[in-house]
Amino acid sequence: MAANAHHEESFVSKYIFSHDHKMISKQFLITAVFMGIVAVMLSVFFRLQLGWPGQSFSILETFLGKWAPDGVLDRNAYLALVTIHGTIMVFFVLTGGLSGTFSNLLIPLQIGARDMASGFLNMLSYWMFLASSVIMISSLFVEGGAASGGWTVYPPLSALPQAMPGSGMGMTLWLISMVLFVASSLLGGLNYIVTIINLRTKGMKMTRLPLTIWAFLVTAILGVLSFPVLVSAVVLLIMDRSMGTAFYLSDIHIAGEALDVTGGSPILYQHLFWFLGHPEVYIVLLPALGISSEIISTNSRKPIFGYRAMIGSILAIGFLSFIVWGHHMFVTGMNPFLGSVFVFTTLLIAIPSAVKAFNYITTLWKGNIRLTPAMLFSIGLVSTFVTGGLTGIILADSALDVNVHDTYFVVAHFHIVMGLSAIFGMLAGVYHWFPKMFGRMLNTKLGFAHFWLTLVCGFGTFFPMHFVGMAGAPRRYYEYSQFEFLDWVMDLQPIISVFAIVGAISQLIFLFNFFFSIFRGQEASQNPWQANTLEWTTPVEHVHGNWPGALPEVHRWAYDYSNPNYEEDFVPQTVPLKAGEEDH
Amino acid sequence: MASEASKAISKEELWGGGRSPFSVSYGKMMMWYFLVSDALTFGGLLIAYGVARHSSEFAWPIGEQVFQALPGLEGHYPLAYVALMTFILIVSSVTMVLAVEAGHRNHKKDVVKWMGLTVIGGFFFVASQAWEWSHFIHGGGGAFKITQGMTVTGTLADGNTMQFDLNTADRVYMDHHFGTLLEEYLHGDPEVSMVESNGTVTLSGHGHTAVLEEVMVNKYVEDAATVSGSDMMKLWNAKASNGFVFGANMNENEYGVQQQYANFFFFITGFHGFHVFSGVIINLIVFIMVVRGVFERRGHYEMVEKVGLYWHFVDLVWVFVFTFFYLV
Repeated sequence: MAANAHHEESFVSKYIFSHDHKMISKQFLITAVFMGIVAVMLSVFFRLQLGWPGQSFSILETFLGKWAPDGVLDRNAYLALVTIHGTIMVFFVLTGGLSGTFSNLLIPLQIGARDMASGFLNMLSYWMFLASSVIMISSLFVEGGAASGGWTVYPPLSALPQAMPGSGMGMTLWLISMVLFVASSLLGGLNYIVTIINLRTKGMKMTRLPLTIWAFLVTAILGVLSFPVLVSAVVLLIMDRSMGTAFYLSDIHIAGEALDVTGGSPILYQHLFWFLGHPEVYIVLLPALGISSEIISTNSRKPIFGYRAMIGSILAIGFLSFIVWGHHMFVTGMNPFLGSVFVFTTLLIAIPSAVKAFNYITTLWKGNIRLTPAMLFSIGLVSTFVTGGLTGIILADSALDVNVHDTYFVVAHFHIVMGLSAIFGMLAGVYHWFPKMFGRMLNTKLGFAHFWLTLVCGFGTFFPMHFVGMAGAPRRYYEYSQFEFLDWVMDLQPIISVFAIVGAISQLIFLFNFFFSIFRGQEASQNPWQANTLEWTTPVEHVHGNWPGALPEVHRWAYDYSNPNYEEDFVPQTVPLKAGEEDH
Repeated sequence: MASEASKAISKEELWGGGRSPFSVSYGKMMMWYFLVSDALTFGGLLIAYGVARHSSEFAWPIGEQVFQALPGLEGHYPLAYVALMTFILIVSSVTMVLAVEAGHRNHKKDVVKWMGLTVIGGFFFVASQAWEWSHFIHGGGGAFKITQGMTVTGTLADGNTMQFDLNTADRVYMDHHFGTLLEEYLHGDPEVSMVESNGTVTLSGHGHTAVLEEVMVNKYVEDAATVSGSDMMKLWNAKASNGFVFGANMNENEYGVQQQYANFFFFITGFHGFHVFSGVIINLIVFIMVVRGVFERRGHYEMVEKVGLYWHFVDLVWVFVFTFFYLV
């Protein structure tokens, strides 16, 4: 564990192979921002094709070269772009980026620890993440292109190198990258769990922890339990690809020729994949919910409503996420009775989710609200969480789901509830903790512009997709011009694309703000948001070991805002209880 | 550590921060969580195996009938060798416990002794698994498919006879000597010759002679039976020219119709074997560190405890793998 002394370090050990959680958190953030830029650009490219099918855009040829001859996106390249967009967003931005950045930054700071339990494993976790990011990006440049079977890489498309161009080298690199990613996430997760359990400072009871920490804890547990099952699925897939086994393959004909494989089951892969896949949704979402709990309470100047109910709902969501995976597979010929069990368990998730949504609203109720950019993004998260959650109820019901399965309705649902919500949570976190990370403030005016453009474009992009999906348009198609019954609804596609592109461009405001403020932003004070949690008791200038003197001692919970016993409207966790004052 | 645990502590104090609530170091706790995670990996694989086996439309090979060999011996010893392997692996867990116990006493000589035995036990297991694989790959004589459906009379192990309706998906098994020579013959070995006359088939070469005296049906599933005489020749004459299977590979195996049987066997026992192999290497490294007195200088043998946890886990997983592939 870290030494108390703030000793001089070389450039390499300070910025590159750092063991310090604050630096590793910045490394994760910068990597995730870069991966996010790539994934957003990919989505702009395929939105151009979807909005104006077959039209020539010189920008496509500039960026994609032979994948967009004469500026028209190639069909196979389209599939590769969709696949890699999904993969990067789900795993690299919203899992690695979100958890990696904020778990690393906040866990030691908010529980009062000098550093993570194992700084070395933490560093290893980042470097594996970086290696897996590099491999994933490099798969875009190999012969045949990147993996093209969708981010879920279902066999047989993914299992047979000859199935499609992207199933060759691109798919191999995808699998290698994922194995490294899982290793990174495992090392990170073990560290987060153990740090939270073992290294809380004196007085930091579990019931005094900020909700961010609870969310990170449950997220890490979900990761440690679900990612290994993805490993099982992926290694069996690798065997099918390279060793001639047939775990997932049966009776395949390619170009009229029968392959020598019988008896395997592609559905087996789906079960294994979604056993990870559904908890993964909450691995993405819970940190965002934890971050917004913290920000909404701080900026409403009110205690979070229903603190214990919030903890309970995080735990309940975590538990339920393991018994709902079948709702991704209603159309695989599943026994309808089994389907109805998955319907039931899935609908149960609405209860803890609603508890959270209402608790946010009741926290805001009659609060002394400060509309910082972080607060706006957190409230935006509540709006997307509710909007996307409602369509989730429709998709959870197998009788309704079979009608809209794999249509744009599903795309709309998960982009709003998981994509937008988690991105909003991540951006809220960046605006809120930027002063802690870099010692400077982000520009607020640019933050407002960024928020409103992102919110409007986010809903503008994904809301119309509900109608496209209800009309029956399947997802992942290159173009829809051959389906007469869809003609009337395809007028929405250019509108969706315009919103998506404007939304993408408006992220430049954020990027400018982010990189400009790192160097030139207004210098931050120690506790700019007048918050209670421990990270704001550390000096602005980072020191190794976080606190220059002794570790702070905690005497109260994290949400003592507007406590009538105190002059100030916030009472940091380090302030002892007054005589006769009761703990929350 | 022991004195700390002996005084009563309130739950409030345990979880109140400033200490580890379970009184364990972060490293040991990380090992525990890692093992939970790894257990889920094996869980995923074994459940996949169970699903494949349960949903198979053909009978699945039975461990007792597949694994009957002992190194260097003829004859049938169902599950004898794997029982020995398992016993030694479990004993190596016991020696590991004794090493940890000796570590608590800070008794270097005992730690060296018990860690050393653990390494030897683990090494024996890995080597045995290599032998088991090699035997599995070579098989017990091979089998052929038949070109048309037919009914034959077979003799069960208890001496009763029974009619078997065979179809083209069934396999007909040959004995070990005959199968070995036949495999060489089929590979075009010029020294092996085959003579078919008067209702017998004789293979000779490399100083051996083998006569086809009986064949088996359902050799690796429930009702194994021998077929001889004219029924045997009927089967032999109906053999499909490209329908021979000797031992196991990724595409097919003589034990069952399902290629998944060998696929899962190789993958799961291999994945477990990889864990044991890593465990042996890690144990060896720790053993060397013990010998060189690293932990003696450190004042405690916690590293031995951590690798011990991993070793027990690997043993525990083997119990499940053993159950899934050999017992049920």
